[in-house]
Amino acid sequence: MHLLEGEGVSRNFGGLVAVAGVDFYVDQGEILGLIGPNGAGKTTLFNLISAALPPSAGTISYEGSPITGLPPYKICRLGIARTFQTVKIFAHLPTVRNVMVGSLFGTGSRSSATEALRIADEELEFVELSSLRDVPAGDLTLASQKRLEVARALATQPKLLLLDEIMAGLTRNEVEEAMDLIARIRARGITVVMIEHVMHAIMGICDRIIVLDFGVKIAEGTPAEVAADKKVIEVYLGEEI
Amino acid sequence: MIAFRDIFITGLLLGGIFALVSVGLTLQYGVARVLNVAHGEFIMVGAFMTFWLLGSANLNPLLSVAITGPVAFIMGFILHKTLFRRLMDTSPSLDIFEGKSLLASFGLLYVVQNLARIIWGSDVEGYNFLNSTVTAAQIPLNRLVALAFVVVLGGAFYFFLARTRLGKAIRASAQSPTTAELMGVDIRNVLAICFGLGLGLAAIAGSLLSTLFAIQTSIGLGYTVIAMVVVVMGGLGSITGAMIGGIILGLVSSTVTFFHPSLTMIAYYVIFIVLLLARPKGIMGK
Amino acid sequence: MKAIQMTRDKSVTLGLLIVAFLILALLPQFTSGYLVTLLIDILKFAVLTVAWVVFSGPTGYMSLATAAFYGLGFYIAAVFSGTVPFPLLIMLAGASAFVVALGVGALTLRLRGVYFAIFTFALVLLVQNVVLEVERVVTQTRGRFVETVSTEGVYYAILIVFFLTILAAMLIRRSRYGLALQSIGEYEEAAAHSGINVVWTKVLTFATSAVFMGMAGAIIATRRTYIDPYIAFNLNTSFLPVLMAMFGGMGNLVGPVLGAALFTYIGEILLTRFPDLYMLIFGVVLIVSILFMPNGVLGLAQGVWRKMRGGGHAPS
Repeated sequence: MHLLEGEGVSRNFGGLVAVAGVDFYVDQGEILGLIGPNGAGKTTLFNLISAALPPSAGTISYEGSPITGLPPYKICRLGIARTFQTVKIFAHLPTVRNVMVGSLFGTGSRSSATEALRIADEELEFVELSSLRDVPAGDLTLASQKRLEVARALATQPKLLLLDEIMAGLTRNEVEEAMDLIARIRARGITVVMIEHVMHAIMGICDRIIVLDFGVKIAEGTPAEVAADKKVIEVYLGEEI
Repeated sequence: MIAFRDIFITGLLLGGIFALVSVGLTLQYGVARVLNVAHGEFIMVGAFMTFWLLGSANLNPLLSVAITGPVAFIMGFILHKTLFRRLMDTSPSLDIFEGKSLLASFGLLYVVQNLARIIWGSDVEGYNFLNSTVTAAQIPLNRLVALAFVVVLGGAFYFFLARTRLGKAIRASAQSPTTAELMGVDIRNVLAICFGLGLGLAAIAGSLLSTLFAIQTSIGLGYTVIAMVVVVMGGLGSITGAMIGGIILGLVSSTVTFFHPSLTMIAYYVIFIVLLLARPKGIMGK
Repeated sequence: MKAIQMTRDKSVTLGLLIVAFLILALLPQFTSGYLVTLLIDILKFAVLTVAWVVFSGPTGYMSLATAAFYGLGFYIAAVFSGTVPFPLLIMLAGASAFVVALGVGALTLRLRGVYFAIFTFALVLLVQNVVLEVERVVTQTRGRFVETVSTEGVYYAILIVFFLTILAAMLIRRSRYGLALQSIGEYEEAAAHSGINVVWTKVLTFATSAVFMGMAGAIIATRRTYIDPYIAFNLNTSFLPVLMAMFGGMGNLVGPVLGAALFTYIGEILLTRFPDLYMLIFGVVLIVSILFMPNGVLGLAQGVWRKMRGGGHAPS
């Protein structure tokens, strides 16, 4: 059984087809990359999985049972956490409180405030933001805010983590740090699906990659297979993969 | 059949007035982002100015719009430059500005209404103007004249928005203030002008209304509510939407009034609330 | 260490509250009728303002529905006047407001920003007109009579409701719901994806705040012998708490109470000194306070304090 599985997942916006009948699966413990040009439907697919949007057609199952139709908070409590393409932090709350929202509400079991605070501090430590724990999240740098989102997601104790372009806008060094962070997340046994444009990062850490173009899955396979795929090369014409 | 025709014609006439009442409000919100709860007060002010000009200078109510409109425009321009401009500069976000300007306009409602009460008293006033009927359809002449006026004014306003430089600047600002600014539109003046235009249109609507209905210094809020219903129906900020919304509400109003006059107000609110829930972006919205 | 600090803070606040309650509770024994009457007014607005802040403060949803729940309290008082003991009447009003607010809240979930404000604004007028029509058709009257309660009875009732409101507001702020509400106000989408049941949290808080508005309505209704829909569902009741909260500042609970007290007192002075100009001056005060005190009286005072201390940052 796959950890997460989608069948014929589709989403239209008016007449525009954002995701068109995509089949996909994610297995326990792997890192799956989701790539494609801008507007290929990657973030929409994340929104469908995390229930930010209902699918127009198709079903999504998690651990064998269908999750389509559940509200976002239930998806989160089941163990699917996410970050956002444009950071969505609680800007006026201290950093540690941001993370505490995840550990207090997102774990699926009722935890005490002290316990939630302890987990929040642990996750801040994990993403190396402990020194900024009492600073309002809005005052953090972009790179730190992205890490904060990861910490908030991790605090919900997920089995599956959806990372939406956490490396976009980061410097070369920060990208290296982010890659290291993802490796450490995997080491904790958490399955990762990541959308990314930074090619060397995605080729370096993913076990498997799905390529979307205009809402359709055009290729799927190991990084080496995808890089050699004719359709993929056409889509990324001129770009070095 | 005749009843149906009467309902339709009455509704259309009323709808024209409602559209005029509402266009100003949609302009204030759509461009200047002020949800002006005091909108109706300026309708009342327009009505009383016309009544006063008729009494003191024997000025024809239809001609008085040449005075009431510009006077209200200047009031609006100054109000925006002093009050709302400052609120805009001190608000950290658009949401907060919208909240604060809504509250400030509530304060404005008190000020305008009570100034008017001090000047004009709180009695019901009115005068007769063209209230013979056009025989064939039993339509009061003043209503026909008012509708003709609305159509002409609406056409002129549409031309202003579509063809003139300032009109284009206003439309650009309504779509995206930042882009408009980049394209060389002086957004500060445009906002103040739009707010002024909104009040000017309100006052003109008031002048016309005074030819049809009795007036009182407390009538403002009722018209604000009508304008809000219409504007939400047409989509906040949409000028065409306000026109269409006005006609629809006019038809609804005449229908409900025909069958059960005391339910008219309730019908407004029910439509309003159902629409807001079903189509928050208005019937024209996507 | 931190935990000890927090419990000490808590007990200090609690102690202050108890002292304030005792002083206010003993007041009618020592003073004249006028002060008690003024205090009833102040406490009424303090209840409405604090209750409003409970929901709208952290979430940023500007509710103008206060008059709907307050007016509902009026009508509960009028309908059950004389048949039900006063305390039960108050509880009944609170319960009805809770139920109605649950329904209203569930309906308005989709609306955000200014649309929510418009909806709640229209709701008050809708209820006003529906009650007017129902009375016209069913009872063929416009208003109703309410059995009055002694001034002291009203005073103690509103005092108790005031402390219940403060207590509830404090508990909500300090509990997990406080954090949930804050994060909803900061970024609703992120809150939902972090495991917060956004819908339920909003609706429940909205309904909880309505309880106190309804109770205040039922108590104050007994101050009048006659009520009608225009008195009960008055838009001023919706706008004033918002203004009082802004006037006082919304950073903590002292601000709204202070705002309600000052605003009511200023209104009272204006009403007695300039009965004709009262509403006009009131409007001007309103506009000026929105314009020049973006953080309320408390924010203004803190700003002055900061300047006096030499421009350093005030301790938060």
